[in-house]
Amino acid sequence: MSVGIVLVSHSAKLAEGLAELAAQMAPDVTIVPAGGLSDGSIGTDYDEVVAATQRADRGDGVVLLYDLGSAQMTAELAVESLADPSAAIVADGPLVEGAIAAAVAAQAGQDRKAVAEAAAAAGIPEDLEPAEATAGGAEVELELRNDVGLHARPAAVLVRTLSEFDAEVTVRLGDQEADGRSVLALMSLGARQGDRILLRARGPQAAAALQKAKELVDGNFGE
Amino acid sequence: MTCKAEGVAAAVRAAAAVVAEHRAELVELDRAIGDGDHGENLNRGFTAVVAALDAGAPDTPGGVLKLVATTLISKVGGAAGPLYGTAFLRASAKLGAAADLDVPALLDALRAGLEGVQARGKAVGGDATMVDALIPAVSAAEKAAEDGGDVAAVLTAAADAADRGAESTVDLVPRKGRASYLGERAVGHLDPGARSSALLLRAFAEAAR
Repeated sequence: MSVGIVLVSHSAKLAEGLAELAAQMAPDVTIVPAGGLSDGSIGTDYDEVVAATQRADRGDGVVLLYDLGSAQMTAELAVESLADPSAAIVADGPLVEGAIAAAVAAQAGQDRKAVAEAAAAAGIPEDLEPAEATAGGAEVELELRNDVGLHARPAAVLVRTLSEFDAEVTVRLGDQEADGRSVLALMSLGARQGDRILLRARGPQAAAALQKAKELVDGNFGE
Repeated sequence: MTCKAEGVAAAVRAAAAVVAEHRAELVELDRAIGDGDHGENLNRGFTAVVAALDAGAPDTPGGVLKLVATTLISKVGGAAGPLYGTAFLRASAKLGAAADLDVPALLDALRAGLEGVQARGKAVGGDATMVDALIPAVSAAEKAAEDGGDVAAVLTAAADAADRGAESTVDLVPRKGRASYLGERAVGHLDPGARSSALLLRAFAEAAR
């Protein structure tokens, strides 16, 4: 099971398109779009948001994301109306990046607080602290040979894979370094086909994580 | 003087009529600084409220306000739905199951409504929102009550203050909602939410007379 996600937008198309996009990164997460009014016009439908929140909850709770202020209010009101309001969190964050980040975090099995935080952190991608030298850790340099480099889907695949190991992994490209748990941070590296990335890992399963990452990269992320 | 459920229902119907009458004006105000749907949305909501009252009005003032709240939340899109919905919901919770609405209960309901709007919209005075109409309205209502005013006098004082408060939004730079994206360019425009708040309070005051 995983945390469910509800996308509250003024536009049905926006919510549906984003749900489709996010589902690419998180195939096992229940992502429910709640966009527009029932007659197809622009707006937020309280009843639909409540229904979507109930539908998205598979037992681990729900994180709701919103596009504009009134969608936030509708989402908050919907959460307050739940039998157990603590089962759902309205996450602050940019809708598109936040939804992707939340979906990947949910796919990785994180709890609703962590999923909401992933969505919120998606708004500040520059919030990357330079990692300390990896004393006692392992590292591996890999060349990206797939067409799109470390773009959305490969980045999501990598994050998902790394999240299965008890290890902290950073990915370095030139002077930039990204957290191996953040799809957006990885994407912001802009690593392309032909680039060489340096993965550093710490933790009990550092070596295994790097081995698995190497297999992924060598296998062109299954593309 | 107190007011029973029928009186509150009558006031809500009067408010619905006022909203219908001012629908175009609210649309115009919102078109200038927002997305132009405020009058339409509010009218749709209050039309549904009247239909719900026709289908069977609750027998307490709090029950009537709760019906208004749930209907507005469901039928009004945009920011006005959750904002007015929260206001009526909190007011209704304050009134509880009491059969009569007296002046102290009215003050409690007005305060709870304002607090609800502020909690939901996170707006403070001076942000050019409905809060700029509601804050002076609640203060004026408290003052009128201290002076011994009855329900009608308290609501009239609130409506007068709300009118002035709404007018004050013309000179303000919006800091909430879609109008905030316009910044300085929104100065010179009356906030549609402040205007509709003042209209609703006026309708309640007229109905209570």
